[in-house]
Amino acid sequence: MDTVFGISYDGGGACICGLPVVVLATDQVNARSILMYQQNLDKIAQLSSHSAMGVSGPNCDLVNFSEYISKNLKLYELSNDGRKLSTHAQANFCRGELAKALRKGPFQVNVILGGYDDMNPRGGSLYVMDYLGSCTKAKYGAQGYASNFCLSIMDRDWGEGMDEDMAVKLVEKCIRELEMRFLINQKNFIIKVIDKGGMRTLKFGADPADN
Amino acid sequence: MFGPTLVIGNDILDIGTSKFDNERDQRAIGGGAMIPRFAFGEPGQFDVPNVADPAHFCRNNFASACGNSDANQTVKFAKGTTTLAFKFDGGIIVSVDSRSTMGAYIASGTVKKVIEINPFLLGTMAGGAADCSFWERNLGMQCRLYELRNKKRITVAAASRLLANTMSSYRGYGLSMGTMITGWDETGPQLYYVDDDGTRLHGRYFSVGSGSTYAYGVLDTYYRKDLTVDEAIDLGKRAIYHACHRDAMSGSINNLYHVTKDGWVKIHAIDVNDMHYEYLEDKKNAMASS
Repeated sequence: MDTVFGISYDGGGACICGLPVVVLATDQVNARSILMYQQNLDKIAQLSSHSAMGVSGPNCDLVNFSEYISKNLKLYELSNDGRKLSTHAQANFCRGELAKALRKGPFQVNVILGGYDDMNPRGGSLYVMDYLGSCTKAKYGAQGYASNFCLSIMDRDWGEGMDEDMAVKLVEKCIRELEMRFLINQKNFIIKVIDKGGMRTLKFGADPADN
Repeated sequence: MFGPTLVIGNDILDIGTSKFDNERDQRAIGGGAMIPRFAFGEPGQFDVPNVADPAHFCRNNFASACGNSDANQTVKFAKGTTTLAFKFDGGIIVSVDSRSTMGAYIASGTVKKVIEINPFLLGTMAGGAADCSFWERNLGMQCRLYELRNKKRITVAAASRLLANTMSSYRGYGLSMGTMITGWDETGPQLYYVDDDGTRLHGRYFSVGSGSTYAYGVLDTYYRKDLTVDEAIDLGKRAIYHACHRDAMSGSINNLYHVTKDGWVKIHAIDVNDMHYEYLEDKKNAMASS
């Protein structure tokens, strides 16, 4: 029932020499049966200074998985003189752990992982994963019921040379479509950007720290 | 598509049941034993059924009495509750009813649904009474051990996490528990919601149980952060009263606790029936004077 979006773009001021940058967005809702328990959650977990993943799934798996991955990546940094894994390596680590867990009470989480590599001439990159452990690199992606509505919007509107403003507008277009057509009320979304400067929260519907 | 499908049906807020159905749909029968990932300290170890696939066994032999999947289980859970807790400027209010039902039969009207874990921690009880009291007692033990090992009180965040970890390690085994863990620690007043599928939420106010929708109705409408202590007590009392009025499985006595930096105090235990006539009188007087 959760919604996760990821869009990369490679135009505008934030993108030095056309290196792509990544936007992640998720809804902020936790619901059970007919009742919505909370709508100020942050389902985008920061993995390192320049990477994060938007996770959808039951709260239990979502928290356990994102903490397991982020702490393991931190451990890697600590035990390797602060050397960070590339986004590609982080995505493959994630994928591996999902596949490992699949046969022993899986993590029921779908993930969109985005990061920015300083060393890598490709800059930002985005990976889309499901709980079965399949992983693909993508320019943009959506997960959850939302993908039924929003992938077509992304196919229609995404283009090379988009800047941050256009990418965020595209995410907001998707959110508006969900408001219009989607049965489930997802009132609040949180949007984060990962670029050369690291991860920053662009906007949210409700402050996750407010409780 | 994976995960729970959207069901808007009659298992509303029935802690335990919906997860049960989902797990059954997802897991092939006998699809390998799920072994709990955590050990619970040797003396207090919680045994699982001595069969090849304990999760499968639990699924076939335990189910809710009020869910729609009530087939031929040996053991049936009976439940129905309203509990609520909220943070405000003057601390935390925890307010619960005290009815215990087994189907249409009221088994008890004097159940203590607030579990006093230690002088600074309270847990509430919704879902299976046995699961709640067992695991919150177990949590009390873990919190005491933490205190002895670290020479300081455990934070509410850590305590609720211990419980959530226990719940997620027994996920799919048919536990039934919806609880709020509240207390005052070095970070101030804290409130967490923890349930049997391992969900753990941090929030300002929660309500759990079959009557929770009714309680939420009153709470969402009248909750403010800057309530005075008296107003907050009245809100906690009224929310439970209105839930008890509408929800057949909630009723009897309203127990209300107030948590401050000095720990919790029990404020009152009032029969909701007495409340009913009191509020009726109030309403009549208000109508007459206007």
